Amino acid sequence: MSSEHEITTTVNGTRFTRSVESRLLLSDFIRHELGLTGTHVGCEHGVCGACTILYDGLPARSCLMFAAQAHGHEITTVEGLAPERGRLHPLQAAFRAAHGLQCGYCTAGILMTMTAFLAEHPSPSEGEVREALSGNLCRCTGYQHIVDAVLAAAARLRAESPA
Amino acid sequence: MKPAPFSYVAVESLDRALAVKAEHGDDARFLAGGQSLVPAMNFRLAQPAVVVDINPLAELDFVRAAGAGGLRIGALTRGRTLERDPLVADRQPLVHEAMPHVAHPQIRNRGTLGGNLAHADPASELPALMLALDARLRATSARGERWIEAREFFRGVLTTALRADELLAEVELPALPPRAGTCFMEVARRRGDYAMLGVAAVIALGEDGRCTDARLAYCNAGETPVSAAKAAQALVGGRLGDAEIRDAAAAAQREIDPPGNVHATAAFQRHLAAVLTERTLRTALARAKAGR
Amino acid sequence: MTTRYFGERVQRNEDERLLTGRALFVDDVELPGMLHAAFLRSPHAHARIRSIDVAAARGRDGVVAVYTAADLGDYWRPGPLLVPPPPIDGIVFNERTQVPLAKDKVRHAGEPVALVVAASRYLAEDALADIAVDYEPLPAVVDLERALAPGAPCVHDDLGSNVAAQVRQVKGNYAEAAKRAGLVVKRRFVYDRGASMPIETRGVVAQWDGKGERLTVWDTTQAPVVIRDGLAAMLGLSERQVRVIAPFIGGGFGPKIMMFYPEEVLVPWAAMRLDRPVKWIEDRAEHFLATTHERGQIHDAEMALAKDGKILGIRDVFLHDTGAYDPYGLTVPINSQCTLLGVYVVPHYDSTFTAVFTTKPIVTPYRGAGRQHGVFVMERLLDIAARELGLDPTEIRRRNFIPPEAFPYNNEIIYQDFAPLEYDSGNYAPILEKALELVGYRKFIDEEQPRLRAQGRHVGIGVVCYVEGTGIGPYEGAKVQVQSSGKVSVVTGIGTQGQGHYTAFAQIVADQVGVDVRDVEVITGDTDQFYWGAGTFASRGVVVAGTAVSEAAKRVRAKILRTAAAHFECAEEDLVVENGAVAVAGVPGRAVKLGALAAEANPMRGAVAPGTEPGLEATSYFGPAHGATASGAHAMIVEVDPDTFLIQIRKYVVVHDCGTVVNPLLLDGQIHGGVAQGIGNAFYEQLVFDADGQLLNASLADYLLPTALEVPRMDLAHTVTPSPLNPLGMKGAGEAGAIPAGPLFAQALENALELPALGVELLEIPLGPNRLWEMVKGGDA
Repeated sequence: MSSEHEITTTVNGTRFTRSVESRLLLSDFIRHELGLTGTHVGCEHGVCGACTILYDGLPARSCLMFAAQAHGHEITTVEGLAPERGRLHPLQAAFRAAHGLQCGYCTAGILMTMTAFLAEHPSPSEGEVREALSGNLCRCTGYQHIVDAVLAAAARLRAESPA
Repeated sequence: MKPAPFSYVAVESLDRALAVKAEHGDDARFLAGGQSLVPAMNFRLAQPAVVVDINPLAELDFVRAAGAGGLRIGALTRGRTLERDPLVADRQPLVHEAMPHVAHPQIRNRGTLGGNLAHADPASELPALMLALDARLRATSARGERWIEAREFFRGVLTTALRADELLAEVELPALPPRAGTCFMEVARRRGDYAMLGVAAVIALGEDGRCTDARLAYCNAGETPVSAAKAAQALVGGRLGDAEIRDAAAAAQREIDPPGNVHATAAFQRHLAAVLTERTLRTALARAKAGR
Repeated sequence: MTTRYFGERVQRNEDERLLTGRALFVDDVELPGMLHAAFLRSPHAHARIRSIDVAAARGRDGVVAVYTAADLGDYWRPGPLLVPPPPIDGIVFNERTQVPLAKDKVRHAGEPVALVVAASRYLAEDALADIAVDYEPLPAVVDLERALAPGAPCVHDDLGSNVAAQVRQVKGNYAEAAKRAGLVVKRRFVYDRGASMPIETRGVVAQWDGKGERLTVWDTTQAPVVIRDGLAAMLGLSERQVRVIAPFIGGGFGPKIMMFYPEEVLVPWAAMRLDRPVKWIEDRAEHFLATTHERGQIHDAEMALAKDGKILGIRDVFLHDTGAYDPYGLTVPINSQCTLLGVYVVPHYDSTFTAVFTTKPIVTPYRGAGRQHGVFVMERLLDIAARELGLDPTEIRRRNFIPPEAFPYNNEIIYQDFAPLEYDSGNYAPILEKALELVGYRKFIDEEQPRLRAQGRHVGIGVVCYVEGTGIGPYEGAKVQVQSSGKVSVVTGIGTQGQGHYTAFAQIVADQVGVDVRDVEVITGDTDQFYWGAGTFASRGVVVAGTAVSEAAKRVRAKILRTAAAHFECAEEDLVVENGAVAVAGVPGRAVKLGALAAEANPMRGAVAPGTEPGLEATSYFGPAHGATASGAHAMIVEVDPDTFLIQIRKYVVVHDCGTVVNPLLLDGQIHGGVAQGIGNAFYEQLVFDADGQLLNASLADYLLPTALEVPRMDLAHTVTPSPLNPLGMKGAGEAGAIPAGPLFAQALENALELPALGVELLEIPLGPNRLWEMVKGGDA
């Protein structure tokens, strides 16, 4: 039992081994230890959702986890969403087309929440999208273009998925 | 808002978890979902010397049938599981109905039943459900285990009957009585917020249509979840007509002691208690009559 | 010149970086050897400081320095007055500005008392607990009226009272006008606002290069140029030694243009002193107390009307909570005072306000910047008068609109830009009619509402109108340059916090110089790139900087034509500028790429002709004589649960007129975002202070920002009444969505719950289920 731990965690498909202090928040580990600054921090008390990542495939608030917990687990951040540099994931492309972001600070958390949501709900109604979105706060957009983007992305993903 | 320093251990076995807790007592906290503990630590409202990560204990993550209609649920069962599990939907519709009100999906992906109950926030939904469902909670320690009735488990704000060396390991929910109808409703400022007031109602009818069992439990109505036992008891033997339901609502108002907060005064909480008591009873009755 | 991009729904240039996590925000800056700062903040709203003991903190492992006011020496001084009092006769103004660290006294909970610099933010926070401060608590000053009562504790001892300012503006003679009135309506209104709560909090990173003698500061500011100038002066540096970068900013909304916050002033100082980079990132708990708010006003207002509902005059006396200090002058209450007049003819106006010091965080502009308060008073007075006169609320408004032929319309009082409040252009009736049409006003009142009411449902409608003064001076500038690659760069001194400047400015330039909008690179918020400017505030970015961009682009276009004419030895009229090249009209094959032309204009041999400059580059400045007045109407249908008082917004309509529109997609986004903040202000957000000046709901769990379930889908429409004040005819739009929500909710909820029949009026904001229940219960009794 100690306050320094060596952890191995897979982030966006790459394995990292690092030594972390017990109390280092997963959000700080991702951003400052691994330099993946696409995930943002808005509140550090689990309300705003800006820090949402996929933890073993499910959206979770990285500010409410310690890096040490991630030993042996898989994390996906916004940097892992696009298929490659210069190409956008359909969800990202839909956000751009619909003007679903303004300052962009909450966007990564929303993208990670929505990508998991759409995987489970490929044909959501507007109401279902808004409900799924309600755990992510945005102060710029008023949500309407975000909802439009998610619905458009859902349609595109349905069209592109193998029948 | 960074937490104070602590020692961290991820345990590989339940025995190890219990041994560490026995050694450190109240200076050690179990880390399950972390959705209540970590914010408190980030605000430095909680500063445990030792954090025992019990997430690796897969044996505590289960939902099993128990007898004809009961359930046994491991303490590490995630909110997400409770929300989706078909056994829960079938045997404990009250839990199934309440889960979407518990925070948000991201929180439910991590938050656990045991963590939520051990945190014992009287404004939370799950503690009130445990009262309404006559739950039994199994506490385990290096010294052995014991079962605690829900009504004995919640002692005060953020305070339970768990001793310094105990871990909440499992919850047993007995079968609902025959011809039962349940309903959970809450009034919150926004979906996912703590309820300003929430009510869990269980009604059971006899073959003659008279009430054989009634339970009313409230969130954010006191220092613990509150059971309006007298109000509920008064319904037994009756037919839950409009007047009886109104009386139950008025009686329940007298049994609760809501604290008031920035969003709702105690008076408004009492008013909501009456409104929701009537609405949940009516819906539970309709469901009981319809065969749930 | 044909426009391809101006006025089009062009997708944003900046989005790819933001969507893939490759956009730099202040907390993303990592520098070798960087240290981390944390501030010890006062737990008391009002207290004397007897002593501060930092010895234990200094001795902690990992702590590099701990500073109190005593350690700052000459560097300790109150911040500058950012906005002086306006030139109004008889004005009383008591300047008291914030200090870097509290010295003898703390005046609000959260005021900084000590600065800790350590190896990590975690360690810095540990060290805060080591610092022992001996406070002598004093009574807090929270309630505005009690603050002015004789014997009230003084926030500033030397002042002898809590009066920060007193301002009276008069037009005509209200007392005389009221004598002729058919009706006088008089009420007290209480309008409370809240915190802007951008999802990104504030932050400052400072790096002193001792060898190059340069200071670089990354700052979440909306005014990098002003910060550069101020820091240089404070730190004894030349302006050219200081670079302030406002990179991508996660939402501004106003409080990030408060300048010379204590942290902004101290982090660079510490970095220079320690010769190490220092980073301070505000956490959310701090943000509630350390970043400015807008808060409450209490208005005692009366309106005199003729029997036909025509306004004869208004008299308003109000109190304004300015918080512990007043560095931002009187912008917020002046805006309240001026914007009250709205879209209406008000022949006589007598408005007096007293700004009051309280032991709470400072009040500075937040999206709407005081306009909300004025609009609430006017719109509510009209609603009350309409009821008493038996007029439809939309009809009383129609009867008082400033007619379209009356522009420019001089309101004869002084506005926040110190110029007379003159509306440049406007056409208000069509806006109202469009809003009524979109919301289905008549159908709702005549058919749907009665039908739903018969079913026991409580549905109501509200319609309100407002103006938004935008696009004020002093000026902005821009430099446009065609590079030898053929790409075009645009640089301006303002910053960007999500408004889409990277795209809007690119559109303007792309049309002028004939390139693809994606080939225009826009740089904002870097003082090394552009030297002069004021900042992003008061809905002026696209109007003022956009005009400067347009003028600079026109001059570059002129240079392109001149250079190309020389290149082809033809007349400029024969040239076509498009697709990144200049071609001779009708002669295929005779074309030169812009990049090549740029290289020609920057020769390595020969001579640049006298009176010309190298390259295809131009800089222009634009300073509007005064602001451009946008306007709009909001309409809402709302349903209320009569037992729980929870609401559902069934329909929300905005009709807005901001003149010529650069990018309708971006404009819609601004309106949506503003409305969301308006909804928050009207029904969800409230900063709850107790009698001791403690903020009781300092977390996002208890300060309720609307989510996707509280903000409805909105129907937007626009009318276009161009502004004569700038060549493109633009007006600003950033704050419009947020301004009228208060009176809209009050009107609609009164209608839904049929409150007038109960003798209940909604004269306060915010509203909420608990408050509505109390008022209805009281009304019933």
